[in-house]
Amino acid sequence: MEHYLSLFVRAVFIDNLALSFFLGMCTFIAISKQIKTAFSLGVAVTVVLALSVPLNNIVFKQFLAPGALDWLGFPDTDLSFLGFIAYIGVIAGLVQVLEMFLDKYVPSLYNALGIFLPLITVNCAIFGGVAFMVERDYTLAESAVFGLGGGIGWTLAITVMAAVSEKLKYADVPVALRGLGSRFIMVGLMSLGFLSFSGVSL
Amino acid sequence: MANAKEMKALVFGPVFANNPIALQVLGICSALAVTTKLDKALVMGVALTLVTAFSSMFISMIRNHIPSSVRIIVQMTIIASLVIVVDQILKAYAYNVAKELSVFVGLIITNCIVMGRAEAYAMKSPPLMSFLDGIGNGLGYTVLLVIVAVFRELLGSGTLLGVEILPLVSAGGWYLPNGLLLMPPSAFFIIGLLIWLLRTWRPEQQEKH
Repeated sequence: MEHYLSLFVRAVFIDNLALSFFLGMCTFIAISKQIKTAFSLGVAVTVVLALSVPLNNIVFKQFLAPGALDWLGFPDTDLSFLGFIAYIGVIAGLVQVLEMFLDKYVPSLYNALGIFLPLITVNCAIFGGVAFMVERDYTLAESAVFGLGGGIGWTLAITVMAAVSEKLKYADVPVALRGLGSRFIMVGLMSLGFLSFSGVSL
Repeated sequence: MANAKEMKALVFGPVFANNPIALQVLGICSALAVTTKLDKALVMGVALTLVTAFSSMFISMIRNHIPSSVRIIVQMTIIASLVIVVDQILKAYAYNVAKELSVFVGLIITNCIVMGRAEAYAMKSPPLMSFLDGIGNGLGYTVLLVIVAVFRELLGSGTLLGVEILPLVSAGGWYLPNGLLLMPPSAFFIIGLLIWLLRTWRPEQQEKH
């Protein structure tokens, strides 16, 4: 239990996907002007991340890892080179299914998150989370914790970023720095703040 | 067939006038993490340029046969296959760099530049022009990456491409390396300042509101 808890805290704060690994930056910079939209996007990312990381863990462990096809009678097969195409297929399929499911059964949530879901397929945070799971060789339970923690960390970062942007509207920024330039500097400062978590020993 | 001038504009336009990172906010996801060393940035830039160019070309070749409802999946499949090829080549011939780049080679798949060019340009242009457009945008990305990497490696570790430029204090020299430049925040600061510089030089890129 303690192991999972520390993995979770690590995924949320120390190895924050957005601020330490720059994942999901495109959407992070583009859609962080209002707290409400930023938070909805964060929730959508968390849901997809929490589902797709364990799902891809199963795909990797059962089909792609060296020797994984033993149960089919191919003990020497190593399909790990097909990884990328399999993961992106699983993510795209999952997002599609999730979209249809929400549309049918939870229309209120669909209305709030619907427009973000297609965007999420190409969000690097999701794919990055999956790739880290494979690289660090997590078990199924670990990958579920990591997916959820990573999503919450990302949500936290984008919500805080949106809050800062809302306040910054009233600041007098040099003309050439307005918009994109100042947003990069803001993310840099936030990232600097999050660096202080790396002193936490777990 | 388009003339040489138009082709030149396709290749060099995205470098400064319409840089994918500085102006279109595309592809920064992986751009920042690979800039702690110049060689990593160069390899990443070349890999991305090749993937963008070839995926644009292939997508453009079959653009009239893709039903628009499944075009994202088709594009993804082409891009992912190309990235697998690049990843396997890197693992075979440049294993150390591939190891350092870790997940970020795979992340080319979700790099918005590749998708963005496929969607915005290759779906409505002939193959050769799409190929050049891919090269141009890849170059724009590489140039920005290399500038950031030069700052970070030179000031962060006193070397360039692994060759010592500023002798470090710890090795008997005079330069005290700035550790911050090896950490994530510095990449954001450098890109932010670069955008500031670029937009002071070219005021038409400034955001008005």
